[in-house]
Amino acid sequence: MNSRRTFIKSMTAIAAGVAMMGSGLTAFAKDLPPIKVGILHSLSGTMAISETALKDMALMTIDDINKHGGVMGRKLEPVVVDPASNWPLFAEKARELLAKDKVAVVFGCWTSVSRKSVLPVFKELNGLLFYPVQYEGEELEKNVFYTGAAPNQQAIPAVQYLMSKDGGSAKRFVLLGTDYVYPRTTNKILRAFLHSKGVSDADIMEEYTPFGYSDYQTIIAKIKKFASEGKKTAVISTINGDSNVPFYKELGNQGIKATDVPVVAFSVGEEELRGVDTKPLVGHLAAWNYFMSLKNPTNDAWKKQWAAYAKAHNLPGASKPLTNDPMEATYIGINMWKQAVEKAGTTDVDKVIAAMAGQTFKAPDGFTVEMDPKNHHLHKPVFIGEVKADGQFNVVWKTPAPIKAQPWSPYIPGNDKKKDEPDTK
Amino acid sequence: MQQVFCEFLRVFRAFLDAGRRDKDMSIGNKVIGLVLGLLLTGGQAQALTLDEMAALSAGDSDARIDTLHKQVVKADPALLGFLQALENDQVKLVNGKPVLLDDSGAAHDPLTNKPVTLPDDAEDVVNNNRMRGALDAAIASLQLRSADVAVRKAAVEVLRDAELDPAELDMISKAETRETNADIKDMLERIRSRLELSSPDSAVRIRAAQKLGESDRAEIKQLLADHLADGAEKDPQVISAVKVAMLNIENRIARYEVYGTLFSGISLGSVLLLAALGLAITYGLMGVINMAHGEMMMLGAYSTYLVQHAFQVWWPSMLGAYVIVAIPFAFAVTMLIGMALERLVIRHLYGRTLETLLATWGVSLILMQLVRSIFGAQNVLVENPSWLSGGLALSSTLVLPYNRIAIIVFAVLVLLLVWLLLVRTRLGLFVRAVTQNRRMASCVGVNTARVDMLAFGMGSGIAGLAGVALSQVGNVGPDLGTHYIVDSFMVVVLGGVGQLMGTVYSSLGLGMLNKLLEGYTGAVLAKIIVLALIIVVIQKRPQGLFALKGRSIDG
Repeated sequence: MNSRRTFIKSMTAIAAGVAMMGSGLTAFAKDLPPIKVGILHSLSGTMAISETALKDMALMTIDDINKHGGVMGRKLEPVVVDPASNWPLFAEKARELLAKDKVAVVFGCWTSVSRKSVLPVFKELNGLLFYPVQYEGEELEKNVFYTGAAPNQQAIPAVQYLMSKDGGSAKRFVLLGTDYVYPRTTNKILRAFLHSKGVSDADIMEEYTPFGYSDYQTIIAKIKKFASEGKKTAVISTINGDSNVPFYKELGNQGIKATDVPVVAFSVGEEELRGVDTKPLVGHLAAWNYFMSLKNPTNDAWKKQWAAYAKAHNLPGASKPLTNDPMEATYIGINMWKQAVEKAGTTDVDKVIAAMAGQTFKAPDGFTVEMDPKNHHLHKPVFIGEVKADGQFNVVWKTPAPIKAQPWSPYIPGNDKKKDEPDTK
Repeated sequence: MQQVFCEFLRVFRAFLDAGRRDKDMSIGNKVIGLVLGLLLTGGQAQALTLDEMAALSAGDSDARIDTLHKQVVKADPALLGFLQALENDQVKLVNGKPVLLDDSGAAHDPLTNKPVTLPDDAEDVVNNNRMRGALDAAIASLQLRSADVAVRKAAVEVLRDAELDPAELDMISKAETRETNADIKDMLERIRSRLELSSPDSAVRIRAAQKLGESDRAEIKQLLADHLADGAEKDPQVISAVKVAMLNIENRIARYEVYGTLFSGISLGSVLLLAALGLAITYGLMGVINMAHGEMMMLGAYSTYLVQHAFQVWWPSMLGAYVIVAIPFAFAVTMLIGMALERLVIRHLYGRTLETLLATWGVSLILMQLVRSIFGAQNVLVENPSWLSGGLALSSTLVLPYNRIAIIVFAVLVLLLVWLLLVRTRLGLFVRAVTQNRRMASCVGVNTARVDMLAFGMGSGIAGLAGVALSQVGNVGPDLGTHYIVDSFMVVVLGGVGQLMGTVYSSLGLGMLNKLLEGYTGAVLAKIIVLALIIVVIQKRPQGLFALKGRSIDG
């Protein structure tokens, strides 16, 4: 309800702004109806910690596009729904967006289980979903564009870094995750990858906790024990949602230092660390395709824009505006969709999908990222960052250029036969 | 020449210690001062050159660490300050040349101390974990010369964890001979033993192994195992000494592991106790199935958040004390809400269990939605005050976090208070009387309605206190209560209705059992096993483990 109200407010503000600017900008054609776009992110429940910022970023991007004349002279009208970290509700809300609100495109989902839950709906109603979060791969759908990283754009490079001399030459690995499809599949890929590098099963510990879990005492004690039983150990965390706060608190309190047992996380960024005292966590790592601390003009401008938007809309946390990787992926996704619609000259899903191939966008990560002509994934650069005392990340390793996504990981048997493009039925 | 140099070293050390005592002096300034001092005393020959600084700050880690080792062995006096600046991200590179920042962020030339303007494209010096580990070790080995015992002690603790270069053996031995503090000397001896394990003299190796056997650190055990593993060790005496040492360490580690499990069991037990104590009164004594009990905890946690917020706004300097203030505040808030709930809803439903259950469940939904509307659906941020962060290190593997220790102490205090209240006060007497025989109590003039209201308020207030404790270990969100309501009922039912001590035993027992199982089966399965066990126990003993004997409670 609240978001709807702020949305109406912001829309009125935009309309007033546009009217005032007058001839400077393209005025929206009067008789053309706005284009509805759906925003499907959990604004309550365990995933709200991560997803709320994506909703706000989507609104900012839409706001920005509208300020610059909309798409083909038509205004974008966001429809925000809250699936409340409830996976079946995601499917229900997706159906509502596509069938009732008739949105042209949906930007949304964080956890893979929520994406898997909405997939059948998008296939059935031929909708279009932009998914902005790194994930486990093993999927390639015609109706989805993946603007986050595939395993070879995040997980694999991160583990390679940990095994390198600079990363601490780790020989033993703890695979720690929340119990659902993304961590399980990623860990399956990582286990196969580690086997290929000569790491035996005895040197791998796998451990899962439920969503929303908050008592990490025993698990940290177990990690300590495992780490002390042999060679250099590293922890690979695929913990998702608000469990990360108690996990990192416990890690700091129990004094696990990054120089002894580094923890590299795939779902923890600037936003998740907001509530944590990061001083004891200095040196723990995260692998992403974007960090707020990257220095380049595009990023500076984007951060400034976000800070101004957060302040103007009095968002929670506006006093310390943070950007992160999935926010960047959301921003890229919406802008690329706009470009594709303009190229196709219509919002028709099939034509937009065709127009998406090969789209490029100058992204805040400092590169011009490209949508692969075939496999619906972005070519992205990979960064590995270490947590600094102020909760930001220090980039310690990066790829020289964006790399192509491999949604079908070569470390899972049988994947070599799969096509690198979605089936078009 | 040598005399001049010794004199210089003396002056430098005095200077360094003066600098350390003066806490306000920034590291950047210290380095600048040092360098200036060096120039004045004519120590150019030893001063760190700009090129060496650059070599320490940029390039690949291998080369940097190599330079670092060389510099540390040289014991270059200007090095310490520069390394500390590096460690604190106070060095920037301008066109490959290092520039120092002081605490205010102003830039200085490292050699001349002249202020320079920092261009926008100044590069940060990036230290990864490996580099930082090497820096820590280098700083620590330089600090072994400090006159301050605390600094030396901290330095030895860093070196204990660090990977050492065999070339540093000499430096460690010297520091050990120089050392006057017995504790530090002992630790240095252990560090030396680590390096001496590869000594060519077998007597030295035996002694080193024996010394290492006093450790409780798994890394040392690994070191000893590695020493035997490659088969290079031929001396049978050394081999047996190493084996004995490994056994000693293993025993010590195993002991600490048991302590660790005990502690986490007690810790979980104390959380469960706090969560269930309020319910033991409302359900156990009064027989009201209060489904809104979890929401009382949630409200207690949100009260803590409010108090924290008030401190942040009005008394930021006293922020550390907010938890203390939150305790009575949360108690008062939840007690009032509980009393209102009793007056408005539950009073009309006594004796109608099913309706009470439904009504309180409805209340719990209303409270959750209310909080969502006021505070938003996202979790709110409750930070540990600094005195509750960190932990008490008993050994390298066993650290007891302060927030958990505090919760255990808090649970004991609350339990004591509730017990005193029930046993030693007039209200407690009335509550017990009403519990045992409502009609009789009413006949002898006890105002049962008032007693009910106060008892229910007290139960809710204690739930609020549990909320304060939970806010320190977990997330504070609108659905906080739903995570604990099942556990609370479990504890009370298992412990036996109408018995305070039963609740204590069963919460500790469940906590212990849960943590013990978690070690073997993982978090998810452990919970399932515990639930299954409870079902079995309740079937065998429906009245709970520690039920009141004799006349039935329902009278």
